[in-house]
Amino acid sequence: MSAVGEIAGLAGSAGSAGSAGLSPAAQAEAVTLAILDDLRAGRHRGVIVDSPPGAGKSTLVVRTAAVLAASGAPLMIVAQTNEQVDDLVERLSARLADELPAARIGRLGRTGYLPSARLAGLSNVVTASDVDSLGEPEVTISTAAKWAYVREGTWPWAIVDEAYQMRSDTLLAIAARFERALFVGDPGQLDPFSTVTGDRWHGLVWNPMQSAVAVLQRNNPDLPVHRLPVSWRLPRTAQDVVADAFYPFTGFRTGTGFGERGLVVPGPAESPVDDVLDVAATTGWGLLELPARHTMRTDAEAVAAVAQLTRRILERGTLATSGGERTRITPGRIAVGAAHRDQVVAIRAALGGLAATEGDADHPAAGSGSGAGAFGASGAGPGSAGWDGQVVVDTANRLQGREYEITVVLHPLSGRRDATAFHLEAGRLCVLASRHRQACLVVARAGIRELLDAHPTSDPVHLGEPVRFPDGWAANQAMLAHLATSRVQL
Amino acid sequence: MTAISSYARALAVATGTAAPTATVRHAHLSARPFVLVPLTLAGEANAPLAAMVGTAWDEATLLVVAQPRNRDLRFAFADQLAQIMLPHVLGFAAATEELTSGPRSLDAPQLIVPNPAGVEFVRLFARSTRFRSTEGEYAVAPNVPVLGRWLTFFAERAEIPGSSLMLAVTDLLGLHWATGQSALEDANLAALLGWIDPPPGLRGAAAARLAEDPRHCPPAGPTTDPGFDTEQLAPAIAAYDTAVAAAAADPAAGSAGVARAVTRLENLLRTQLQPTWDLVWRALDLLDGLPPGASVPARWETDRARYTGFHTYMVEEGLPQARRDGAVTAARRLNRIEQAQAAYDADRAFDDPLVMAQHRVTGEAFSGTVVAVERDRRIPNGRGKGRLVTRPLLTVRTEDPIRLTVGAKVVASSRRRQECVIEAIDIPPEGGGLLITLEARSGMGRSAVPAPGTVAEVGESLCYSAVLADGVRSAPMPDTADTPWTHGGPPEPYEPTEKDTAEAWE
Repeated sequence: MSAVGEIAGLAGSAGSAGSAGLSPAAQAEAVTLAILDDLRAGRHRGVIVDSPPGAGKSTLVVRTAAVLAASGAPLMIVAQTNEQVDDLVERLSARLADELPAARIGRLGRTGYLPSARLAGLSNVVTASDVDSLGEPEVTISTAAKWAYVREGTWPWAIVDEAYQMRSDTLLAIAARFERALFVGDPGQLDPFSTVTGDRWHGLVWNPMQSAVAVLQRNNPDLPVHRLPVSWRLPRTAQDVVADAFYPFTGFRTGTGFGERGLVVPGPAESPVDDVLDVAATTGWGLLELPARHTMRTDAEAVAAVAQLTRRILERGTLATSGGERTRITPGRIAVGAAHRDQVVAIRAALGGLAATEGDADHPAAGSGSGAGAFGASGAGPGSAGWDGQVVVDTANRLQGREYEITVVLHPLSGRRDATAFHLEAGRLCVLASRHRQACLVVARAGIRELLDAHPTSDPVHLGEPVRFPDGWAANQAMLAHLATSRVQL
Repeated sequence: MTAISSYARALAVATGTAAPTATVRHAHLSARPFVLVPLTLAGEANAPLAAMVGTAWDEATLLVVAQPRNRDLRFAFADQLAQIMLPHVLGFAAATEELTSGPRSLDAPQLIVPNPAGVEFVRLFARSTRFRSTEGEYAVAPNVPVLGRWLTFFAERAEIPGSSLMLAVTDLLGLHWATGQSALEDANLAALLGWIDPPPGLRGAAAARLAEDPRHCPPAGPTTDPGFDTEQLAPAIAAYDTAVAAAAADPAAGSAGVARAVTRLENLLRTQLQPTWDLVWRALDLLDGLPPGASVPARWETDRARYTGFHTYMVEEGLPQARRDGAVTAARRLNRIEQAQAAYDADRAFDDPLVMAQHRVTGEAFSGTVVAVERDRRIPNGRGKGRLVTRPLLTVRTEDPIRLTVGAKVVASSRRRQECVIEAIDIPPEGGGLLITLEARSGMGRSAVPAPGTVAEVGESLCYSAVLADGVRSAPMPDTADTPWTHGGPPEPYEPTEKDTAEAWE
């Protein structure tokens, strides 16, 4: 590690230019050490870490938390969903059990909160619904929504995870609880949203519709920003397209090279659906294109194609290659993403018993209840028995931060007559196109390029309001141009 | 656009008249609305040119700014408007009812403008008047800043979904009818009314086309027709300027000339305002023909309380509203608007089967018949101690394509106090449709057995919706003085100063 130590001295922020010759691991380590150094030095009240998809954000949070806990200062951790909180508790519990056996983790839940099954057996975790009942644990962790109701106490340190998903007004409600904070998140993902239009706040540095990081940076322009340089999740085939489309100014590299990941699809292809799978096995991308048509959001043919594609991945016994090993892809390692809730429900119904029901994804330990979607009961496919797990079907918002071997995506613009800001949002497409370790399969109707050409970005530009980059329209074009090389028409 | 509104638009094209998208009126309409039809001068930021105001169709008052570039005249216009409007607005404050939360007026003023651009005019005009000083240099009449503060109040209430204190007529019509034209074309009040209520013998499209000709039908403002500006307005204002110059040279002979020039402008602007004035009142009459939705009075109560609250504030403190929201105010306001939006969406669906149909199409609501009831079901309350709670089970058969899942919370439109949770969704052995099993969780009284009538009976038709008001209280925000460093720290407290009103006057 001495070499890494030297590098840490040289590497300021995640400059990829200065460390081009290094291995991915060394690059990532250098940045992590620079972050920890910034935190220890205490020069700033906040440190921001931008992370591309799958760049070890949670690992960084857990590592930093362990370092801060070891320093003796109480730490609060803020995550955005209960699922994220439980993930962090689980990982932090394991790490602290090794490094600081005496340290306790306090898991704060809502009133009437019952810890999920996977936390129940962890001896260094205390759960409660109010801070006082936790005792004084080294680390207190909860969702931002719950922290907003903690009215007393101040923590010297906070780690805010997925800070780009958090809205500025939520940060305002909890900011009094900490003195210094590390903000970690992925700037390419979905911005927090609101059901209303906030025209009256345009140009204000504390515009409550912005993300927490945006408001933080605009009010504190001197805060240091670090960038994690290596995506460990994405395969090499995704590096150029995802980096170009969604991280045009910062970029990132993948931890693996060409040929290290890939799918092996046994048996001959029997249909266009099989063909697209074969294409994706080599290129990492597949576009299954249906004939152009304007449809309702829950386009029955597109939904059926998504379900069929998902089934064929399993039926053909697709294998994932990683680090020289081949493993069979199970339903639990596949995710299906869509833009709207009704599309999600329709796809779940089409997948029948193969799809995880609502809520299972949030609580993996919970038993699958009686309900398999409204139309699901009759649609349970043959052969769904015997596979481990179920396919997660969800919206982009809820797939954020997750990782799967293969993703099947119903393109947000498929079959649409117009391209609204919602459907053009770069973050939505970025989430859908960056959840996979092996391949991403997109189902769309033809005609999206024409649709994009007919709907150039026309959002008004407001004085004092930072222009959003990357532009959703451009990102969509870049993505489509790349997908066109892996296209199979149905 | 929802499936229902898309269908309604297609229907409108086919039939030639607008198709209703609501069966009830979703806004309160005052018996004596204060209608304001403003016009602005092209090329000047929000400079008032004229306005037609009044509380009855046949009692219009025309206000004109003969030279809108003259600020003295602009604020004289504001004073004239205040003299008409403030007595009306303040006139509702005296009659109040006492509630535990304080007094609430029995009725409140309602401000009606033709379109959203009219709301924007009011917002900006309020901003330009509310900070004015009534003494010192460039003093304005005492009424002017008071008017500015009241107009600011109305403009801010117009941002709250479901509030009826200030309404734009095109928005209101668009909420209740779908036309066969685009949303952009719907912004034209005359064209919109052409579809909704075409003149005899004309189809909607033809009436709308006619309405789009500015010579036949001047725009509803505040922007005037450019043709009118060049051909008629500019010469008339120039004539006024000449007359004023002549009067300055020779006051005795010139004053009659100024009066003539003003009369000419008034007559000219009346031709531009009168058609819109008539359209606004026609639209109000049409809307008045719809019965009000069941939740409209409750929302108007909130408006009345806000009105009384602001009236008290004006009596006790009366400082102008801040130029812009601070970090804490902005966050609070955003949360308030979001909650109002959710409550308004839920209310409208429960009030109106046609709005509910939109949610039934998307599978967020379903209508059906109760086929089985387990009325006296009692289950452990889940908190130990062996207590039992009453949780009747209802089975509803529906033909609707629902997209709800087990665990979803739903409420029936006819039983809004009872929250139910979907326990199971099954396919019936015969007859098609779906069987939804619901667990009733509230609204059954306090005793062990549900109070009579609180649980639906077999055979009852119900419509359940999962589009509900967001009952979660929003997170408490810090005090403004405690604004954290992440949001720029505590702001300087606002003190009105001379500088607020400093600007280039001429």
